[in-house]
Amino acid sequence: MTVPNIVTIRDLTKTYQQGEINVTALNNISLDIEAGEYLTLMGPSGSGKSTLLHIIAGVDRPTSGECRVQGIDVTRLNESDLADWRNQNVGFVFQSFNLIPVLTAFENVELPLLLTRLSRKQRREQVNTALELVGLLDRRHHLPKQLSGGQEQRVAIARAIVTDPALIVADEPTGNLDSASTQEALGILQSLTRTAGKTVIMVTHDPKAAAFGSRSIHLEKGELVNE
Amino acid sequence: MALPLKYNFRNVIVRWRSTLATVLGIALVVAVFVLLRALARGIEASSANTGDARNILVVRKGSQAESGSIVTREHFRTIQYLDEIARNERGEPIISAELVLIVSAPRRNGTGEANTLIRGVTPRGMELRPQVKLVDGRWFVPGKREVVVARRLAARFAGFEIGGVIKSGQDRLAVVGHFDAAGSAFDSESWMDADEARSIFDRENYSSILLRPADATAATNLITRLERDKRLALRAEREVDYYSKQTMTAVPIKILAGLLGTAMSIGAVFAAMNTMYASVASRTREVGTLRVLGYSRRAIVLCFLIEGALLAAMGGVVGCLLALPLNGYATGTMDFQSFAETVFQFRVTPDLMLMGLAFSVIIGVAGSLLPALRAARLPVIVALKSI
Ligand SMILES: Nc1ncnc2c1ncn2[C@@H]1O[C@H](COP(=O)(O)OP(=O)(O)O)[C@@H](O)[C@H]1O
Ligand SMILES: [Mg+2]
Repeated sequence: MTVPNIVTIRDLTKTYQQGEINVTALNNISLDIEAGEYLTLMGPSGSGKSTLLHIIAGVDRPTSGECRVQGIDVTRLNESDLADWRNQNVGFVFQSFNLIPVLTAFENVELPLLLTRLSRKQRREQVNTALELVGLLDRRHHLPKQLSGGQEQRVAIARAIVTDPALIVADEPTGNLDSASTQEALGILQSLTRTAGKTVIMVTHDPKAAAFGSRSIHLEKGELVNE
Repeated sequence: MALPLKYNFRNVIVRWRSTLATVLGIALVVAVFVLLRALARGIEASSANTGDARNILVVRKGSQAESGSIVTREHFRTIQYLDEIARNERGEPIISAELVLIVSAPRRNGTGEANTLIRGVTPRGMELRPQVKLVDGRWFVPGKREVVVARRLAARFAGFEIGGVIKSGQDRLAVVGHFDAAGSAFDSESWMDADEARSIFDRENYSSILLRPADATAATNLITRLERDKRLALRAEREVDYYSKQTMTAVPIKILAGLLGTAMSIGAVFAAMNTMYASVASRTREVGTLRVLGYSRRAIVLCFLIEGALLAAMGGVVGCLLALPLNGYATGTMDFQSFAETVFQFRVTPDLMLMGLAFSVIIGVAGSLLPALRAARLPVIVALKSI
């Protein structure tokens, strides 16, 4: 059985100009990610994990190289097309949740859908489905400050999946969570790959978190290392 | 496309500590703006309400105001029996020779004295001005030292209550009634018998003549006839035109409204800008998150513009509410031609309040333009990294 690649990266390089010196965050990286994979991205701090994730998710641009997601070279999309593309194709989970404090759980999850053509009723259905999936339907009218950290991150996961994107990226999503909440969040991400066919790319420091993944790759000084 | 309005609304409310001062500042600006305009409206309304399109006012050529005009008794005799003048059911020509005088009277609030107009009128003069109605007490008896004052004026001058006394030099006039002039210029006057006024104030002549021509043709004929007669040196014009020229007194107030409005709104724009910059600065990560979710730069600009407009509109609503209780409140201002105090009513009308609200929204949008652009220019990555 051949599984199509959802992400194809070729000769990807990213350098930052910091005053006089050039910092190479990613050095000539090539990588294929199959649809349905739960890929964990590990490596020491500063090794370029976030940079790689950001480029795949279309929030940052490489200095050179190619990054195709579902056949589309995201490095060539203009800014507004890229914004639309992100909205439709990528779910983003942050380390610090990044929920909008003045909006309820429901309203936070609904945010990406407001950019779509869905009707109010369709939006409500999708938001409720997403919240149900993370087990927080009964908390939908709570503000982020009325939720625990673990619940906030689950709301953020619901927000990431509400548009039904093929790809979910998470940058140290459990960095601010206790171990029980960590297990819960990772379990949800894992079930998304297993039952919903999503592809998850997750940056983590934690080997126990990495154990949830189907494959793990390591970055060091901007380069992929084999183990 | 855009973020929901509740998002902006809640952000304004959540940040109430930093927004309150700005909201109140804008409220003050809007209140001042609305009130000054309301006053200008009142002045215009008073003049507009005053004239009767059928009446003609005759004053001396070159006189700006009735109080500075002299019309002799001879003039009056000449004009009185002209064919153009309408007659009442008793066959009397509808014409009134009147004396307009300025006396000084103490203000009720103790801030010294101010000039006020006394008009000596005749029964015909009262027929010519049906909008003036007795509301309290009785009319003056001809030949007696009695005066009926405008109720609005009575509220502003000491001794103008019924039973009170208006003093002028040695002379004393008993106040026997109050009239209401329906917001017209006569609401700034006190009326007494014309002949009695001439005798008390020792005037040989009159100030003006008010008359009613038989019809429109008669009116035009009369005006040209009087204009042509160089001997008389009189100016005849429709009463409406005369009073609409007096509306010029609203111009300084409008200029003041413009200047004050401009100066204060510049301040308010900067206050709004300050608040919005602070709001953007404390929400850079939020902006980054929205961008990651797919919101465009344009959506971010719009979002902060709307938020600024909303903030300012709150101030606008408060400002209108502050101004509203003064609706109908009468105040005096110096008439620049007679130097007499004229009474005006603030007229806070719905359209003025809408103008005030629109004004506040403009302030809000102007103030949030630069902060909104700053928010939209933030690169997504930078926004995500700032904690
Ligand atoms: N905006 C930036 N400007 C300059 N250097 C940066 C910037 N972002 C990241 N870097 C550098 O790129 C390298 C990789 O960063 P990052 O991808 O955040 O690493 P990781 O997520 O693995 O900790 C680091 O050396 C970091 O200092
Ligand atoms: Mg990182």
